[in-house]
Amino acid sequence: MSYAPNTDADRAAMLRTVGVESIDDLFVDIPVQHRDPALDLPPALPETDVIRHLGQLGGLNATSGDLPSFLGAGFYRHFVPALVDQQLLRSEWYTAYTPYQPEMAQGTLQAMYEFQSLVCDLTGMDVSNASLYDGASALAEAILLCRGLTRRPRVVIAETVHPAYRDVAATYTSALDVDLQVVPAAARDGISVQPDNEPLVEAIDDQTSCVVIQRPDFLGMVVDPDPVVQAARRHGARVVVVVGDPVSLGLLVPPGDLGADIVVGELRSLAGPPAYGGPGAGMFAVRSQLIRRVPGRIAGRTVDLDGKDAFVLTLQTREQHIRRERATSNITTNQALVTLGATISLSALGRRGLREIAVQSLTAAHHAAEALAGAGAVIATDAPYFNEFPVHAPEGAAARLDRLRRDGNVLAGVDLGCVSPRFDDLILVAATELTTARDVEALAAAWARTR
Amino acid sequence: MTDEPLIYDLSSPGRRGVRSPLPQFDPVDPGDVLPSSELRTDLPLPEASEIDVMRHFLRLSHKNHSVDTAMYPLGSCTMKYNPKVNEVTARTPGLADIHPYQPPETAQGALELIYELEALLASITGFPAVSTQPAAGSQGELCGLLSILAWHESRGETRTQVLVPDSAHGTNPATGTMSGLEVISLPTADDGGIDLQNLKESLGSGVAAIMLTLPSTLGLFERRILEVVELVHAAGAQVYCDGANMNAMLGRVRPADLGIDVMHLNLHKTFSTPHGGGGPGAGALAVQAHLEPFLPEPRVVRNGGTFALAEPSPTSIGRVHSHLGNFGNLVRAYTYIRSLGAEGLREAADDAVLNANYLRASLSDDYDLPYGRTCMHEVVLAGTRQRRLGVRTLDIAKRLIDYGIHPPTIYFPIIVDEALMIEPTETESRESLDNFIDVMRRIAREAESDPDKLHDAPVNAPVRRLDEVTANRRPNVRRVQESGD
Repeated sequence: MSYAPNTDADRAAMLRTVGVESIDDLFVDIPVQHRDPALDLPPALPETDVIRHLGQLGGLNATSGDLPSFLGAGFYRHFVPALVDQQLLRSEWYTAYTPYQPEMAQGTLQAMYEFQSLVCDLTGMDVSNASLYDGASALAEAILLCRGLTRRPRVVIAETVHPAYRDVAATYTSALDVDLQVVPAAARDGISVQPDNEPLVEAIDDQTSCVVIQRPDFLGMVVDPDPVVQAARRHGARVVVVVGDPVSLGLLVPPGDLGADIVVGELRSLAGPPAYGGPGAGMFAVRSQLIRRVPGRIAGRTVDLDGKDAFVLTLQTREQHIRRERATSNITTNQALVTLGATISLSALGRRGLREIAVQSLTAAHHAAEALAGAGAVIATDAPYFNEFPVHAPEGAAARLDRLRRDGNVLAGVDLGCVSPRFDDLILVAATELTTARDVEALAAAWARTR
Repeated sequence: MTDEPLIYDLSSPGRRGVRSPLPQFDPVDPGDVLPSSELRTDLPLPEASEIDVMRHFLRLSHKNHSVDTAMYPLGSCTMKYNPKVNEVTARTPGLADIHPYQPPETAQGALELIYELEALLASITGFPAVSTQPAAGSQGELCGLLSILAWHESRGETRTQVLVPDSAHGTNPATGTMSGLEVISLPTADDGGIDLQNLKESLGSGVAAIMLTLPSTLGLFERRILEVVELVHAAGAQVYCDGANMNAMLGRVRPADLGIDVMHLNLHKTFSTPHGGGGPGAGALAVQAHLEPFLPEPRVVRNGGTFALAEPSPTSIGRVHSHLGNFGNLVRAYTYIRSLGAEGLREAADDAVLNANYLRASLSDDYDLPYGRTCMHEVVLAGTRQRRLGVRTLDIAKRLIDYGIHPPTIYFPIIVDEALMIEPTETESRESLDNFIDVMRRIAREAESDPDKLHDAPVNAPVRRLDEVTANRRPNVRRVQESGD
């Protein structure tokens, strides 16, 4: 079974047209000693059985329905309206490909254009592409853009930027002349963590191509980036801002208004459940001066022969299929279906809805913090935060998280030791508009029980 | 105006789409917990009703051609049928509503799926080690070249060049540049294969690898592949295979058996995960044992009956994805392979190759065929005969739109004049192919008798040909807020 409709009679007739006796004759260019290996695969399963098998695998995983979850750190469980997945299941969207033939792909192209517009409006930037793979590779591409633009070797990256993004940036630049310098941006005073822009400001120099900061940062804190932006301006470095939770843009001043030259982030949370971390969608927005250096696809508005408004892939001379080794990036596919989900979601939520879920997320997080404090936990920062905050775990975050799960039946958060060993006694707790009062009670009770 | 307004144009102040969840807590005023300087004062998003949003995107979808609409023979993209069961399994709550940071003890099914998928891909390709972390083919390429460079470095060698045939996808040279390598283009021999003499001359001590596509973008299997591999290895370099065309080889040859060192797979091509209007894809990387230490991390490992993420490795090239790749597409690809089994996969390759050869045999009287020999899963024709009539390949492509068929890939590979790169895939029936043949023949007649019909095409699509020059010169890439809006 291969979903192939040809019958043996079809094949026989087609072989006659081709002028060979058997299908084997079509594979004669393969070295004979390596032809037709036996593949060691399990037997084919009919639809019913494969669904059952995958259901069993799924049953081995804990969903948010099984365990109250306060996991965030880049992937948030947000409200995604029912119409989104109904649309994503439309064949015209998901079984099409990159709109190489615009006359047959006006739907995808207009949706891309609307997505780009929404990203610009959310971030306060001038230009957005149609997405990169995920937040991490979007950051890596932003760093490559700044390197090509400034011809400077150094990148100053705040330690409070998502650690996996930092890792991916390191991989992407490992074979190039790039000096990634990770700089502490949060000071530790006993238990408490406080924002500290000073090391970033000091690290930026005339060899710095860009400085990378995150808002809200990976510890959840909302920090005024102005001193960093000013330092970057003084030295001719560009400012790259990673957006933590995209829903925060419903409430917080957009990075474009704060002096960002490039804004990146992960948009999965707007389009569907976390799906174990992928597929995501990397947001990538820039100032208009950088438009011809942007990696990936961009949809543009134009007219057809009759003067009718229409959409087309544009500025393609940046891209690998035309520019080859001189392209801005090697990227080919993007995350179009995920960005379509985000576009539909933002459209249905609208101005008020996005702000409401942002405020509800902020509300849930602050109630969670209060409930934890009531259960004896120490909230490890006085800095303002949006929907994530660090909690102190004296015995170590990993050990405490393990007990909170085993003895308290909650997924209480993320071990901040992934940022730096300095933070391995901190747990990052996230809440959203889907966090219920009962979830918060369960978290507080679990904390009290595991003290 | 376009036929369909922008979503912003459906907006009216105060109009609502979906409702937010009921409040669970006493509201917190953002101004009480955040400095007022941190709060935005405007949020210029549309305000539309749910039904308007639904209709808007439904109507937009109607303007798309898709695999489920009709034939989509886009060469090198493998636009095969996307099985619907894949969409069901990918939406299983236990495989969708799971968080990348949940502890491995609570994600055993997800880890097992990744581990088993990597094992299945290893069996299919013959490579002992596979990573499904790369998000797409181009990221797989980057991982592959970085792994090769790390391997050279582990042997105390610094190599700075990569050889790329001139028939290659643009991603190959672009990846070479991202890997810090000098890209050296190799000319294609007269028979469409690699020119061994030229290869020998190009293989210096600075060459890290050759990137070749198998079957090539000409749709041809490299008959001298064993000699190529031997020459490259003798020069201390590695053989990278772009696996975009694996659909031709399933069950017919395991690339690892040919001596290839690294290969990426496009799960959205060969293994039926949908193309999504441009993505997401998934780009597994398969390597020989000597390159396994360099694969991206974290890797999924099995310890007895349980699955875990391996500790960081000092030799790994590092991470290329925020988490473990495009997991949702891994679920789909796993579903596909388990649905087909070994026989089904081989049947897919057989029918894909038979269908392409059927088109080759049926269309070679009406179109030029630059390379006459048996092709694999795709056939490259040339519109050179029609060009003499004043009709370009672009015109042929646009005329296909009028007949309701998605055009093939055109003007690629760039070494073929007026190229039409046609990949029917195994999921087109003989009747569907006959219809395509009939339409292509009719277009060939139209080129002779009524070329303007082709110049004017399409006339049956939602829009006619577009002004791409102005789009490039004065880019309009976002809706501009009108004053007073």
